[in-house]
Amino acid sequence: MTLDLLKKGNSATIIAITAEKELRNRFNSFGVVKGATVHSEQHTMAKKTMEIRINKTRIALRLSEAQRVEIST
Amino acid sequence: MKNIKIALVGQPNVGKSFLINAVGETKLRVGNFSGVTVDKKTIYFTRDGYNFEVTDLPGSYSITDYTIEERVTKNFLKDGNYDLIINVVDSTNIERNLYLTMELLSLNKKIVIALNMQDEAVKEGVKIDANLLSKILGVRCVATSALEKTGIQALINEIIETYNQPTQDFHLQFSDIYEEQISNILVFLKEKNYQNNGGLEAVAIKLLREDKEIYRQFRDEPIWTELQPLLNKSYQKLYTHYDTKDLDAIFHDEKNALAKGAVKESVTFDTAKEKQLTDKIDSILTNKFVGLPIFLFLIWGLFQLTFTWGSIPMDWIDAFFGLLIDETKSILGDTQLASVIADGAIAGVGAVVLFLPNIIILFTGIALLEATGYMARAAFLLDGFFHKFGLHGKSFVPLVSGFGCSVPAYMSARTLKNDRDRLLTLYIIGFMSCGAKLPIYVLIIGAFVPEQYAGNVLFGIYILGALLGMIAAKLLKLTVFKGEDEPFVMEMPKYRLPTIRLLFQAVSGKAISYLKKAGTYILAASILIWFASNYPKYPEIEDQYANKIEQTHGNEEQIASLENELVLYNLENSYLGKIGHASEPLFRPLGFDWRMAVALETGLAAKEIVVATMGILYGLGDQQDESSEGLVDKIKSNIELPSAISFIIFVMVYFPCLAASMVFRREAGSWKHWGYLFIFTTGSAWMLSFISFNIAKAIFT
Repeated sequence: MTLDLLKKGNSATIIAITAEKELRNRFNSFGVVKGATVHSEQHTMAKKTMEIRINKTRIALRLSEAQRVEIST
Repeated sequence: MKNIKIALVGQPNVGKSFLINAVGETKLRVGNFSGVTVDKKTIYFTRDGYNFEVTDLPGSYSITDYTIEERVTKNFLKDGNYDLIINVVDSTNIERNLYLTMELLSLNKKIVIALNMQDEAVKEGVKIDANLLSKILGVRCVATSALEKTGIQALINEIIETYNQPTQDFHLQFSDIYEEQISNILVFLKEKNYQNNGGLEAVAIKLLREDKEIYRQFRDEPIWTELQPLLNKSYQKLYTHYDTKDLDAIFHDEKNALAKGAVKESVTFDTAKEKQLTDKIDSILTNKFVGLPIFLFLIWGLFQLTFTWGSIPMDWIDAFFGLLIDETKSILGDTQLASVIADGAIAGVGAVVLFLPNIIILFTGIALLEATGYMARAAFLLDGFFHKFGLHGKSFVPLVSGFGCSVPAYMSARTLKNDRDRLLTLYIIGFMSCGAKLPIYVLIIGAFVPEQYAGNVLFGIYILGALLGMIAAKLLKLTVFKGEDEPFVMEMPKYRLPTIRLLFQAVSGKAISYLKKAGTYILAASILIWFASNYPKYPEIEDQYANKIEQTHGNEEQIASLENELVLYNLENSYLGKIGHASEPLFRPLGFDWRMAVALETGLAAKEIVVATMGILYGLGDQQDESSEGLVDKIKSNIELPSAISFIIFVMVYFPCLAASMVFRREAGSWKHWGYLFIFTTGSAWMLSFISFNIAKAIFT
């Protein structure tokens, strides 16, 4: 499944990043990388944006971007 | 004395500048949020018998070309003149920070690592064995805290020691398959006696990453024909092993694995302490239901303070400049020189300085929201809404600042990385009615709206402006600024309480640049407008009126009315009056007479001048402000309601003042954009006014 579907309060492991270079670099900078454990913290009311946490880094991203991250729970 | 040249590198928000201030006892400006420093800064100091030259590079997550900051950092590391790198690391977030460290280590330069933010790490139960980490990474690591000034001397000792030693041997130990490829290339390069001052391992890694620069170097050398097949073989092995053909991704995987390994060995986390304060605050502030209301309340509160607190010192400033004008006139007498200094320069500059309190309050608030880390949350909450109109979540910081003054708003648009997003934001900042437009609205509303509704109408004008801005953004996005959106992915920094000094530095910097930039432009514009409204002179007419006044035998009412007549005559026949009459046909379809046209034109210099101009032109002399009963009545009897509505709409949308448009030009990067902005804002102002004038005419007459 993809990261955008991860429910608030749940954790998963990232198994693949399917984004193109620019977005993947961005992910890389923040530690959104293969093998990392990701926690879903919050979705906005409009269901457009979500907040995740990896280790100590909190990251805001759009759901359309989260779709490019494959996870397994 | 020896000179040590240092490149200061680290991820955003790890306290690089803060740390170097502690080391060098310098006063480098510290920003507690990423994206404000877009260029490198160099500082000099002497300590322990060495001259230090430290280049503070903008925060970078990695050495890539993605953002302006990262480009600056990458280029400096590649071509800059430096002896060693200080890599500043946020100890509380060590693993992600080490990703950058690994990239730096693969450059094979002299490096010292500062494990900064020790104080916070201790509180959060993160314990780093600096000695062990030094051994793993092969470079010296020193625990520091810029806030508590600990570890500073140790850091300096390590810098001096590292500087005096030869560059350490390459120390990174990648996975077996990756090491195998590196050593294959190394063996070949050594056999060929290839010389490179950067170290052969660094060259090998660059080749494995398909670095364009190194390819360019190799292509011109005979060695290339033999190297190429070797590389191809290595690539094939990596492709099969990693199941991807993206060599950069492979390197990042390797680098991340190294960071992870290093953390596992040398860092312990006390999980009991892990629940951070940030978690608790965030569960409220970014909450699905109350997050947005809280945000709206905070912004509303900020505006309230800006206007209520701001009005107190504004009265003092107003009185001060009034006194200054009177004093100047009484010292210099009734001369042209006195007039140009008092009525031109001082009055014009005074009108700008008048808004300084608002600027300071608004920017203290914004600096607080930014430095605590709340702005990132607000961008998170608003991105969904903004995205609908083609704007980025981060656009809202400059847009909110636009309600205070467009000058700093244009400057704060720098937080947007993508040129298209930034330009789009720059173009619509003007729709957020700035503080200087307030007197105009107050004047017109006062003339036409019953007092009990005035406040709501004023609020409505601001909201309408913002909504028009959103619609304009959508239109521009669909037509001019088409294309892929910048990824939103954004770090939410930890909540921190900013120090008073940090706040003071941020706000005073903004205030000084407001005074300096706006002050110089306004000064020039004020003198120009003074000249245009006072020349040419008509001595014969003045003599005629002097005679007439003499004939009144001291009847004050008659004298006043004659003097007003003379002022009006001079004004209508001044350069400004001539311009007004010439441009009147352009504005007639909007319901404006020549006086309103001139007021709008002088407003191009500064919006504050609009009300003063109207005061002069409607025949009451030039000592008018918005609270004057007389002016309000004159406006009411001279302007029809549809024209007034049309006028407000025009003011809301048209071209920003001279100072702001100059800053816009600088931030947008070319005169071309300045021209586009003029056409875009004036065009839409004209059309919107035309529509509203005709609708209003149909309704009210």
